Amino acid sequence: MFDDIREIAVFTIACAAAATALMLPPGVAIAWWLARRNFRGKALVETLISLPLVVPPVATGLVLLWLLGRRGPVGRILESVGVDVVFTPAAVVLAMAVMAMPLLVRTARTGFEQATRRYEQLAETLGVGPWRVFTTVTLPLARRSILAGALLGFSRALGEFGATIVVAGSIPGRTRTLAVGIYTFAETGQDSRAAALLAISVAIAFVAVLVSNRLSRSE
Amino acid sequence: MRAAAGTPVFDCDITLRQGGFSLEFALRTDARAVALVGPSGSGKTTVLETVAGLRTPNAGRLQIGGRVLFDDAGIDVPVSARRIGYVPQDALLFPHLTVARNVTYATPRTPRFTLAFLEALLDLRPLMPRAVQGLSGGERQRVALARALYSGPDVLLLDEPLAAVDRSARVRLIAALQRIRDELGLPVLYVTHAREEAVALGEYAVVLDRGRVVAAGRPADVA
Repeated sequence: MFDDIREIAVFTIACAAAATALMLPPGVAIAWWLARRNFRGKALVETLISLPLVVPPVATGLVLLWLLGRRGPVGRILESVGVDVVFTPAAVVLAMAVMAMPLLVRTARTGFEQATRRYEQLAETLGVGPWRVFTTVTLPLARRSILAGALLGFSRALGEFGATIVVAGSIPGRTRTLAVGIYTFAETGQDSRAAALLAISVAIAFVAVLVSNRLSRSE
Repeated sequence: MRAAAGTPVFDCDITLRQGGFSLEFALRTDARAVALVGPSGSGKTTVLETVAGLRTPNAGRLQIGGRVLFDDAGIDVPVSARRIGYVPQDALLFPHLTVARNVTYATPRTPRFTLAFLEALLDLRPLMPRAVQGLSGGERQRVALARALYSGPDVLLLDEPLAAVDRSARVRLIAALQRIRDELGLPVLYVTHAREEAVALGEYAVVLDRGRVVAAGRPADVA
């Protein structure tokens, strides 16, 4: 196998794992919030969260580029502390996290809706405080859905292309991921490299979706 | 926390409206074990849930064992601070925990009910390492009761504690509940639809129908 192929595969898996870890805490919190709280503008929040699923990924990438670029509202602050995100591995991770987040939130949310409120209430009658109820009852009862959502998000992150190419580019050995690599190699006539990356992508995604489906079904 | 002399154990008078259902419930008695009797849909479970703090009355006052749990003048003790032991009809054991971890889930508020005492009282020892999924109806009730008592409650709320229990287990569970009532002096408010249960356990019975108290007194007379 080509060395650069292995490097791209390892880099992509590492980035997708980092993106999953990054989105997990806020994603779980938002999922719980949407499942348990009624508030003004809830429909708006739901729509905003799901937007990356339907907006062209390239457009999401452009928004990220605008936000994180040196003159963008977030990029300006980051630059003042000497951090440059655009066209770095960090941009890859961020793009993946934003694209994968809706899948985690939607899947985890059904878990919180099923982990019925009554178990939490019963724990409260036993004198247990809200944070302990959340960690010892709510989270364990929803763990399969959270795990399934995280895996689904991870799979989505592995295949991320549109947002990544805009905000991180295709720099060999720095920001080139599986999906971006397939495109770049195919474009430049390196068909065997493209085919190798394609085979790796299919294999990883296949396993991840299989496990994710299994987790959701045995809930 | 003990009831002052002259204060009834149960001193409740509440109004609750929810959807199309309205409940008017009053109870004032020195009896420690009170049975709530009545047809399904009469509001028995709603009374327990209101005492537990899971539903909020529109008006009234709830005082048990000298402690005010709710008063429309501005008191609404949070669920986790009510010091109640609630056993719902379906037991609601935590499905992801073993029997032992269910029983000891709470941090005891008083050291009154030790694990060894509860194991003996409710014959739990052989159940402790098991998963809750394989338990019979009677076993589930015993585990849920132990979980409620372990938390050190000031009052016990039982919803049809004997409904899912077979005949032989029923005799033993009634004996255990009688011990809790007599030896431990814990106020018990429990729902039942069976007259013999009201008579076996209750010192006092309240008959509900469509959200109203239609009779109250000695179980043998009213149930």
